[in-house]
Amino acid sequence: MDYATLIQLLDSTLRLATPLLFACLAGLFSERAGIFDIGLEGKMLAAAFFSAAAAAMTGNVWIGLLAGTAASLSLAALHGLASITFKGNQLISGVAINFLASGLTVLVGQTWFQLGGRTPSLTGPSRFQEITLPFADALEPVPVIGPLYATVLSGHTILVYVGLLAVPVTWYILFRTRFGLRLRAVGENPGAVDTAGVSVVRLRYSAVLICGLLCGLAGAYLSTGLSAGFVKEMSAGRGFIALAALIFAKWRPWYALSACLLFGLLEALGNRFQSLEILGVTLPTQFMQALPYILTVVILAGFVGKAIPPRAGGEAYAKER
Amino acid sequence: MDTMPRWADIALIPLINLALALLVSALVIAAIGENPAEAMGVMIRGAVGSAYGWGYTLYYATNFIFTGLAVAVAFHARLFNIGGEGQAALGGLGVALVCLMVPWPHWSLALPAAVIGGALFGAAWAAIPAWLQAKRGSHIVITTIMFNFIASALLVYLLVNVLKVPGSMAPETARFPEGARLPSAYDWGAWMGFGRSAPLNVAFFVALACCVLVWVLIWKTRLGYEIRAFGQSEPAAKYAGIRPVRIIMITMLVSGALAGLMAVNAVQGEAERLVIDSVQGAGFVGIAVALMGRSHPVGVLLAALLFGALYQGGAELEFEMPAISREMIVVIQALVILFTGALDNMVRGPVEGFFRRLRRGAA
Repeated sequence: MDYATLIQLLDSTLRLATPLLFACLAGLFSERAGIFDIGLEGKMLAAAFFSAAAAAMTGNVWIGLLAGTAASLSLAALHGLASITFKGNQLISGVAINFLASGLTVLVGQTWFQLGGRTPSLTGPSRFQEITLPFADALEPVPVIGPLYATVLSGHTILVYVGLLAVPVTWYILFRTRFGLRLRAVGENPGAVDTAGVSVVRLRYSAVLICGLLCGLAGAYLSTGLSAGFVKEMSAGRGFIALAALIFAKWRPWYALSACLLFGLLEALGNRFQSLEILGVTLPTQFMQALPYILTVVILAGFVGKAIPPRAGGEAYAKER
Repeated sequence: MDTMPRWADIALIPLINLALALLVSALVIAAIGENPAEAMGVMIRGAVGSAYGWGYTLYYATNFIFTGLAVAVAFHARLFNIGGEGQAALGGLGVALVCLMVPWPHWSLALPAAVIGGALFGAAWAAIPAWLQAKRGSHIVITTIMFNFIASALLVYLLVNVLKVPGSMAPETARFPEGARLPSAYDWGAWMGFGRSAPLNVAFFVALACCVLVWVLIWKTRLGYEIRAFGQSEPAAKYAGIRPVRIIMITMLVSGALAGLMAVNAVQGEAERLVIDSVQGAGFVGIAVALMGRSHPVGVLLAALLFGALYQGGAELEFEMPAISREMIVVIQALVILFTGALDNMVRGPVEGFFRRLRRGAA
């Protein structure tokens, strides 16, 4: 593999890691607060559709972003209603949300655009434009570092940089603020938080809504940044890869970034090469696609650094018995 | 404990949940500018209004009985097996290998062999997540989700690289030999009006037999008692000398085997070859079916019939009212899962309150 190919690979790694990163951080907030969320996929898909639809109708990608986030937030609120207010099973609620998004996006898409569930292709201001970082053109000729800066780091849409920025922000919120401390506590021992006079319900709702917001960004990026328009089932299991990345990262923000970059690289490799030869063994592309899931199972099995989820995860909090 | 009569718990609440799901579905249809009553009529007529419709409705229902029972059995041990999709896909591989390896002289020999093949492969795919849950405490929901994706990648690889007919472009196996062909509804039920095209086949009776067997297993055997005891309270079960590892393993193997059996219907009975994505979401429908059926074989049977009708009716709906795409079924399915599963307490609370007040009034 020559240097130019490597640069291209890293470039698409960053692009492909961004939706994973948003969704992974979304899951991080929710699960740290004790609400399991296997509905990341559905929220992302809904956001992708409504972003593309609104952007196609108004010609303004920011309105699209707003619409997509609103869609994702409403599904998040539904998840909160089911799993916090009505103390329902969080996993089942997530499954329902995934199906709801998968059905509604195509149904509504067909009604609005009559394109078999697609939205019209987005062009110009109805898509996020690529941003050239300062001095990118000037630095390009510099050997080694030049292309790295000009191609890999520069030339992405704004959401990619927002995603990268979201990592330290998430870390700061969770580990350096009072809200973050309480949020983590509510995922470990909600009874203690309640005894301290802090509302478990309000904390968990905030976590679920932050999760919805971030899934909204993930979906908007999918349809208006990474591609130009919505196609049926375009999230293609990314919500579950993000979930895998979250476990891989053991529910920690900086590790989440590395896990998402790793899984993004795997996807980039799978897109570029039909099969990969490593040490004389030919790995088919399907193996690369399955690798994030296999790695996650290995991590879950606890043979290499056991992943322990927040203790109160998945359980509704009953104030009185 | 006894806040309301038993019939309210097993019949009234699921029916209210279903009614709510259908009501919201009707609102969705109205919102996209179509007439919900007309759509409902088309669906009911399409699903159960003719022998043609029944041939498809019962075929889909057969799939959902298998996957629904798979989820239901696991629910009894309080395990959420969300991996029916992957287990059924592997079951398809097992059935295909059995059907292709041996030149079967007659279907009555091929059927039991395919049943064993499908069940073994399905169970094997459930075995790893089960073992990880039992021994290492890895959350079975997450591992079974991961195994769904791994299964799908594995099957694509096998169909594209290994099992494909040489020289053919289509990623599918060769057609199964004539001797492995299961009698379709036309062969044994032409007098009931089933046509040649009906995909319904003898696997339907295998599914009915599985309902009975699951009922016997869960309520009439010592193992079933242990499974239910484990599901009710793990510490109490442990105290009573029930070994959690054994229960988790056995329950998940049975669950995976049931999901794998779906392939006898879909792969051997209908497609007569293994294609990519032979499961088509039936593994997930099993979750809705088990929830609606309250994890009881009779309930699962009824819920599977309902979803079978929904799938066939939905196909007709797309045909007769093109403005409503086939995805409407997915929306209805999502709403059924939402109302019967996740929002169950929303209905349960008021209904319990109603019966409490009734009782206080009577006393």
